[in-house]
Amino acid sequence: MKTFVFHFIVAFTATYLFFSQADLPIPYNAETTTAMFLGILTLLWLSALFYNKSYFRKLPKAINLLLYFLKELFLANIKVAFDIVTPHYYMRPTIIALPLTVKSDLEITLLANIITLTPGTLSIDVRKDKKILFLHALYVKDDDIEQLKNYIKHGFERRILELTA
Amino acid sequence: MLENIDWLLIREIISCVLILTGVLFMLISTLGLLRLPDFYIRMSAITKGTTLGLGLILSGMGIYFNQPDILLKVLAIIVFSFITAPVAAHVVGRTAVQNKIPFWDRTKTKELNEYLEQENLGEHVNRDKYIEDLKKKKKNAPGNQ
Repeated sequence: MKTFVFHFIVAFTATYLFFSQADLPIPYNAETTTAMFLGILTLLWLSALFYNKSYFRKLPKAINLLLYFLKELFLANIKVAFDIVTPHYYMRPTIIALPLTVKSDLEITLLANIITLTPGTLSIDVRKDKKILFLHALYVKDDDIEQLKNYIKHGFERRILELTA
Repeated sequence: MLENIDWLLIREIISCVLILTGVLFMLISTLGLLRLPDFYIRMSAITKGTTLGLGLILSGMGIYFNQPDILLKVLAIIVFSFITAPVAAHVVGRTAVQNKIPFWDRTKTKELNEYLEQENLGEHVNRDKYIEDLKKKKKNAPGNQ
């Protein structure tokens, strides 16, 4: 995390300094600046192989989590939107007590935020000993609560654990 | 070859598609606010719909203007709204449970009921009374926990 922030600042400053020159060989617009920023970030990421191996391993996993999250966000929205515009209710709301494997406050916050934004689920409450998270789920297939729990545990929680472990 | 392509037109088409999709999601989630059966379902619909809609509209805007500074601001807004919106939804949902806002008839609340009984939240009508009782409990048993 610290390495990522440091690399981000370095890449940003380098891009800024390059594009604040007077006469530029390439045009100044969003595509060129973004491409240059990402290029510098990738080079720094490759250089991390020699001094910070865990950062080298974790950045692809973070991107994987981000893409998976965006995909789930889209699917959830399409599901809910379809349910709103058609007259019949397809939802079977259920309250689920999800036992947590993640321990620290940061992981729990991340998981609860992601859950609130994805497939028809809304995190309601965390028990005081931080071991159980209560969810309000809209779509439970065949009233099978265990299946949904497994889905969340293997989808998001595993990815977050891989990231922070 | 590259000079013949009208990049402005391509950017306009992409941003049009993104902005229209975002507006559509926002419209549908607002309709859901009117017609869904209970508080919690409405909450989850409106949180997801507006967050995704805002993200799509802003990214469409960033692509249209094609300026690095605007893109940076747009990305910052998207990141912060994605962090704060679910936190707000969580706080509102938690307060609703503590205030005994009723669930829809078809909701299965089996796993929540045990928790409410354990925490003695089930019997309280509003939050002020709940906090008062908590204070009383703390006075009666200091050094508990």
